Amino acid sequence: MSPEIGLLTIFILSIFVGFEVVSKVSTVLHTPLMSGANAIHGIVLIGGIIVTAQSESVGVTILGVIAILLGAINLVGGFVVTDRMLEMFKPRAKAPAKEDSR
Amino acid sequence: MSVWVQLAYLIAAILFILALKGLSSPKNARNGNLMGALGALVATVAVFFSGIGTRNLPVILIAIAVGSIVGIIASRRVKMTAMPQLVALFNGVGGGAAALISVIEFLHAGEGSIPALIATVFTVVIGAISFSGSIVTFLKLQELMTSRPVVIPAGRWITILVAVATVVAAVWLVISPMTWLLIVLLVLALFFGVLFVLPVGGADVPIVISLLNAFTGLSVAASGYVLDNVLLIVAGTLVGASGTVLTSLMAKAMGRPLTSTLFGAFSAKAVTAAGSGEDRPVRSAGPNDVAIMLGFASKVILVPGYGLAVAQAQSTLRELADLLTERGVTVDYAIHPVAGRMPGHMNVLLAEASVPYDQLKEMDEINPEFSSTDVVLVVGANDVVNPAARADKTAPIYGMPILDVDAAHQVVFLKRSMRPGFAGIENELLFDPKTTLLFGDAKDSLTKVVAALKST
Repeated sequence: MSPEIGLLTIFILSIFVGFEVVSKVSTVLHTPLMSGANAIHGIVLIGGIIVTAQSESVGVTILGVIAILLGAINLVGGFVVTDRMLEMFKPRAKAPAKEDSR
Repeated sequence: MSVWVQLAYLIAAILFILALKGLSSPKNARNGNLMGALGALVATVAVFFSGIGTRNLPVILIAIAVGSIVGIIASRRVKMTAMPQLVALFNGVGGGAAALISVIEFLHAGEGSIPALIATVFTVVIGAISFSGSIVTFLKLQELMTSRPVVIPAGRWITILVAVATVVAAVWLVISPMTWLLIVLLVLALFFGVLFVLPVGGADVPIVISLLNAFTGLSVAASGYVLDNVLLIVAGTLVGASGTVLTSLMAKAMGRPLTSTLFGAFSAKAVTAAGSGEDRPVRSAGPNDVAIMLGFASKVILVPGYGLAVAQAQSTLRELADLLTERGVTVDYAIHPVAGRMPGHMNVLLAEASVPYDQLKEMDEINPEFSSTDVVLVVGANDVVNPAARADKTAPIYGMPILDVDAAHQVVFLKRSMRPGFAGIENELLFDPKTTLLFGDAKDSLTKVVAALKST
């Protein structure tokens, strides 16, 4: 199998997996799911690391560092903000929680 | 690249799939998210062992640290109400990163094979659209610019022109790779992203964020092809595919045809003007009147909206609900799928205020109840109860399922002013004889109503 076809196979199979895993999500989780998926594409960070590590000119290094910065913000911030949303969904005791007087 | 790095990538890919799977069910959502984070950590450590060399290592590590700290601070500090725009912003920077990486690879490797060039061009175009589009949605949601659809004169033709120019530049670049042409393409794509999002307004904004999220996923996948990195291909494609599904699910939940969001920029649809109804008479009342109406009702439904969240009045509303329940009034919360700014946003906000989960009723469940309800209290919501969505074919929200608040015996609106809602359309219900308005900040008004109710 040529490497191109190998990558194409991975690409097509990933499409099907992506379609399949989220097909039954409830409305309540739309926002956290979008946010979680958003965090996952922050993995583009490793692309930034690869190109910067191979850079031989200052100009490219600067662009690469910007890409790493943006990727890291997307990746880390994305997971943290998703966790904060989901924190709210944890099961709580039936009794009304203590009065918060804000 | 060593086998171990490849295996680490495989593990990361599996963790990402499990993350998306977990995030689709309420029980496993939080663990799912943690799994995704673990996958990202595994992959980021592995990449340093993939033989990329140690050139620029210190700057790379510093950039990762700074980016992570910025990301953590931004997401810890953001108010729950401002969450949607932060997600939009994160999405935008991800798209920007993907576009930059392809630009660098182009400068670095120069002319590659045709498929690699196509992937480069694709990443640059889609990444740039996602970047500039997300920035505009951020500005809209942050209300740094108008949240209404922006229709520029001849905007449709400009959009078509820019789209055509982008495609021409993209094809040209594949045929003859030149750096200046890449920059032209980048600028065109950035411009197109802005034009694409400007005409979108109101309830369509979250759909666009989700769509741009899928776009970024695809551009990350394409950058994976450019860099010959399997994990980027898998992760990007997963997000692209699941993001597409999610976009269409969201569009369906809001009753919006996806095509109108997608191609809004290409059609020159006029928006229903806010009307001249500002001078029409409305019935307004004081907190005491509202307290009496609520206190002596037997069934009350609360409709919380974004205005409630902005005023941080969730816990005051819960206090009112508790008080009414003590008096023997049946109280439910009616949650529209897009109450707040995004699907599920209101659930998160109310959960934060410890509102019991079983009192939150979804739209389909609560709609038949309105006709037997004495008083509906609408707090800071407007578009989701606007009957224009049913009746007025020209309204931008036409076709969106709404809460049938107008079926109740009496309706009380807590509003800051007569200003129309996020979608910018007049709400006929405000002028209905059975409607009472209590003007003021939602928290102020609710506090006064609670005080009045206690002394009744």
